[in-house]
Amino acid sequence: MSAPFISGTTAIFEKAKTGGRSNAAERSDPVERKNAVIVGRRAFLQTGAALGGGLLVSMYVPLAAKAGNALAAAEKNEFAVNAFVHIGSDDIVTVIAAHSEMGQGIYTSLPMLLNEELEANWAKVRVEAAPVDAVYNHPVYGMQMTGGSTTSPSEWVRYRKMGALARTMLVQAAAQRWNVAASECTVEKGVVFHDASHRRASYGSLAEAASKLTAPADVPLKGAKDFTLIGKPTLRLDTPSKVNGTAEFGLDVHLPGMLTAVVARPPVFGGKVVKVDASETLKISGVKAVEQVPSGVAVIAEGFWPAKLGRDKLNVEWDLGANANLSSEQMFREFAETAMKPGLVARKVGDAAAALGSAAKTLTAEYDVPYLAHCMMEPLNCVVDLRADSCEIWTGTQFQTGDCAAAAKTAGLPFNKVQIHTTLLGGGFGRRANPASDFVVEAVEVAKVAKAPVKVVWTREDDLKGGWYRPMWHDRFVAGIDAGGNPVAWTHTIVGQSIFEGTGFASFGIKDGIDAASVEGAADILYGIPNLQVDLHTPKIGVPVQWWRSVGHSHTGFSVEAFLDEVAFAGGKDPYELRRTLLAGQPRMLATLELAAQKANWGSKLPAGVGRGIATHFSFDSYVAQVVEASVGKDGAVRVHRVVCALDCGLVINPDTVVAQMEGGIIFGLTAALKSEITLKDGRVEQSNFYDYPMLRIYESPVIEVHIVRSAASPTGVGEPGVPPVAPALANAIFAATGKRVRRLPIRASDLVGDAGAKS
Amino acid sequence: MTSFFVNGKRVEVDVDPSTPLLWVLRDSLGMTGTKFGCGMALCGACTVHLEGKAIRSCVAPVSRVDGKHVTTIEGLSENLTHPLQKAWIEMDVPQCGYCQSGQIMSAAVLLAATLKPTDTEIDEAMGGNICRCGTYPRIRKAIHRAAELAGERRPK
Amino acid sequence: MTANGRLEHPKPTQGRGKPAPLLLASGLIVAVLIALGASVWAGTGAKPDAKPDAEASRAAFLQVYRVLTSPRCQNCHPAGDAPLQGDDSHVHIQNVKRGPDGHGLYGMRCDTCHQAANLPGVHMPPGNPKWSLPPAKMKMVFVGRPAGELCRQIKDPKQNGGRSLEALMDHIANDDLVGWGWNPGDGRTLPPLTRAETVAQLKIWIDGGAACPK
Repeated sequence: MSAPFISGTTAIFEKAKTGGRSNAAERSDPVERKNAVIVGRRAFLQTGAALGGGLLVSMYVPLAAKAGNALAAAEKNEFAVNAFVHIGSDDIVTVIAAHSEMGQGIYTSLPMLLNEELEANWAKVRVEAAPVDAVYNHPVYGMQMTGGSTTSPSEWVRYRKMGALARTMLVQAAAQRWNVAASECTVEKGVVFHDASHRRASYGSLAEAASKLTAPADVPLKGAKDFTLIGKPTLRLDTPSKVNGTAEFGLDVHLPGMLTAVVARPPVFGGKVVKVDASETLKISGVKAVEQVPSGVAVIAEGFWPAKLGRDKLNVEWDLGANANLSSEQMFREFAETAMKPGLVARKVGDAAAALGSAAKTLTAEYDVPYLAHCMMEPLNCVVDLRADSCEIWTGTQFQTGDCAAAAKTAGLPFNKVQIHTTLLGGGFGRRANPASDFVVEAVEVAKVAKAPVKVVWTREDDLKGGWYRPMWHDRFVAGIDAGGNPVAWTHTIVGQSIFEGTGFASFGIKDGIDAASVEGAADILYGIPNLQVDLHTPKIGVPVQWWRSVGHSHTGFSVEAFLDEVAFAGGKDPYELRRTLLAGQPRMLATLELAAQKANWGSKLPAGVGRGIATHFSFDSYVAQVVEASVGKDGAVRVHRVVCALDCGLVINPDTVVAQMEGGIIFGLTAALKSEITLKDGRVEQSNFYDYPMLRIYESPVIEVHIVRSAASPTGVGEPGVPPVAPALANAIFAATGKRVRRLPIRASDLVGDAGAKS
Repeated sequence: MTSFFVNGKRVEVDVDPSTPLLWVLRDSLGMTGTKFGCGMALCGACTVHLEGKAIRSCVAPVSRVDGKHVTTIEGLSENLTHPLQKAWIEMDVPQCGYCQSGQIMSAAVLLAATLKPTDTEIDEAMGGNICRCGTYPRIRKAIHRAAELAGERRPK
Repeated sequence: MTANGRLEHPKPTQGRGKPAPLLLASGLIVAVLIALGASVWAGTGAKPDAKPDAEASRAAFLQVYRVLTSPRCQNCHPAGDAPLQGDDSHVHIQNVKRGPDGHGLYGMRCDTCHQAANLPGVHMPPGNPKWSLPPAKMKMVFVGRPAGELCRQIKDPKQNGGRSLEALMDHIANDDLVGWGWNPGDGRTLPPLTRAETVAQLKIWIDGGAACPK
């Protein structure tokens, strides 16, 4: 035991557990689940019933603002009643997290923000998932959700304000008790002091009194120079529970009498059940029922294993529907043909066509990237306890409001009769923010026929074949280069499915037929190219697509930065120096680029066979530059030796988390660059499990160095921006090592052997 | 009826002997620290120790452990005192955390065999454990750190 | 671990074989035999009563060679220290290594994943109680060995686990792990000859003086 917070954090996760999971002895106890009745959201908020007595600060917080700049919205000081922190008489401070913890570290950074102002003893700070309620809506997006690398940027003001309000009320309570002026009191580590009278009182002893006070209309926040917690590397609060098996993910939830279901889903997207023969399935011991649900056939059993065995024995006849002929190969061919035609113009600067006509040299290249699955380590799952007048759900979700609404509709209940208990997420990467709430809706459907609490478990195969992929894309570029070797014209034609289309966010994400997610990272490039045109084709294909860590940037980062390298080479420029020139008007990205290049010793000699590549990418309001060192074996096998990453994400809340997210983003990006693709043949997804949808492993992982640009600007995204630049930096390093251009992902050894592959 | 020991405690389960140990631990015994990731011994999330050696519980029929001793992440230490747990906390290794039970159980076998593992040995010992969040650099650091911590504890 | 009292796979036996005469085959015959492939073996063993000659012996070895270099056999007789997988004999994912005893390293030992029997389902880990590679001190490499070289290697007790030709025959005919090659579980291709056919060819090879192709 090295620090007090360790045991404390473990305790809070123990407490957060749902009933009856621990051991076999408890399991066999026929006592009903104690918390089977939903704790009403209002009750939770008003009385803090879920947390016991003490102060659950109901306070004024910024209202959900319309989409726009998070900070600007939050700083408008529009307020609504809310509840974000609870202080117990035992001095334990529980911060209620409005966002989901999926690895990105917000169960630590949100408490850090709040406690920067509250100034409680950090060792006493715990965190709990918020219930579903509008007061926990995302300050920018107006619904309770986690995504878009926005948790810290959007909560930067709100959580600090909560802490400041709570501190003010606690001080006020002390001042009243002592009959002194609040201005004479000071606070330190969860204790209020009145130095003149040598009196002191802990927050816990003041909580009850403070809870009876009216919160002040507003309180000032500290300036950055006074921060004592923000900006300091801080150990994550959730680590202890994640190294002793006590952390509770959705898959770990167990309710008394709960059954487990797996669902046989159509082999082709949009397929329907024609006929089910369950006779063999029903012979398996432990299988309770086989029921048709809208998404397929559910095998409901006394645990996962009989359910899975039962599904293996199902004989289902499917109507494959309209998508039975889908083929990735065919789609790529069609995308390439489509890219030859002009699409809807997403961005136009100057006159690219004219500039191409007068350029000294033109260069054309095309890039392809495949469908990708999110492939979280914890496969999708959802526990539902559906009763006549309530629906209680336990799952790791990024999309509480949407899931709650979808579950209510499916269950035929009002929204306020549905509650979601957000567990830890065993990875999200966007998949658990499903616009159709697919895994939640299906589980409610299964619960309707199971007539018992039920956990629907997806196998790895279900997860990989289940759709909602990062779209496949084709990118076609033509650049015009002047006599001095500088790009003067740049056209970029993008072909790929719309993510926003057909979702409840279509009006938010699609303007004049252009899905913002399709062209992000392309239409808004920072490089100063005088004549630029970006256009878009949006084919409709029956494969469900979704945001995948870094969304559209995951393809534009690759194609734009790989092509820019080709342009640099064609113009006889050093790829770093050309980028510097083109970023002259972008001081933050320029500084980030220069930091990466300097730390990577750009231009220095490398061992024989090793190449160095560079790329930048602006996404989620953050600036990232990466330098990759890689080599290619005679067999075409790529070895990534080192990645140097620099980023400017504004003011840093927890530097340790920022570094971790860069490391993780780089490995996530390298996996996509080197390993994974989802392909379709005869409408069927060809991949099944990690043997054919491989992940980067420890022995393939490079040395990673992360350097953070010091900045006083408002915090910007961190979870996703590390992903986009690594694939192009690697592609450019491979070119430096071999003279071969990588124009499709994942990188194939066969493209790099002998005379194969594209050359500049 | 299959009987075996989990973290020193004798348990009896009445399941088909071909049922994977993973589902016996999770569904029959309610011990959910051991995770399901792939069901094919490809990701290592389900790693436990059988008589001190690592096995992937998702493919090990429970009949294999009959009468034997199984250690899971819950049994690694009483109170977060195992050098690997301390090092994992110190290095802030986990992100989502889902794979970390398996990572730690694999690392424990490495440290039992090697006092000061090299990077190559870490690569050889940990290649079966996938982390989708990409915590590999920290896993590597934490294993080195745990070796130091274990060394400090060991009598000179 | 001797499940049924048969020869333990990786462990050397005591007997020492007499050195087999080295007979030279013409390159042309070797090439023709290789080119003829599967159809050849039936013909080469067609003289049941007569003792096979060196030519028949060599031809029979080439049939055995096709089995030895089939994925089911060679994947655990790799050139490096990593086992191979699949019909394309790719390097085993997960950075699996041979280890001193041929059973892997640390928490990456063969029986970490491989059980005593095949698990049902395509791509599920195959299994055998003795699942392993040859030990580091005698790697018995099949991969990349030309027929003549592998022939000489497998009859050399210094390179074959100390086996006499009789022991070698017994090993291929009766060893449990060798037998797995013909019972490899769902979705895996079989060697080009059945076990009985392989043993028959092996017998011809030995009876004809264990002649080796060049």
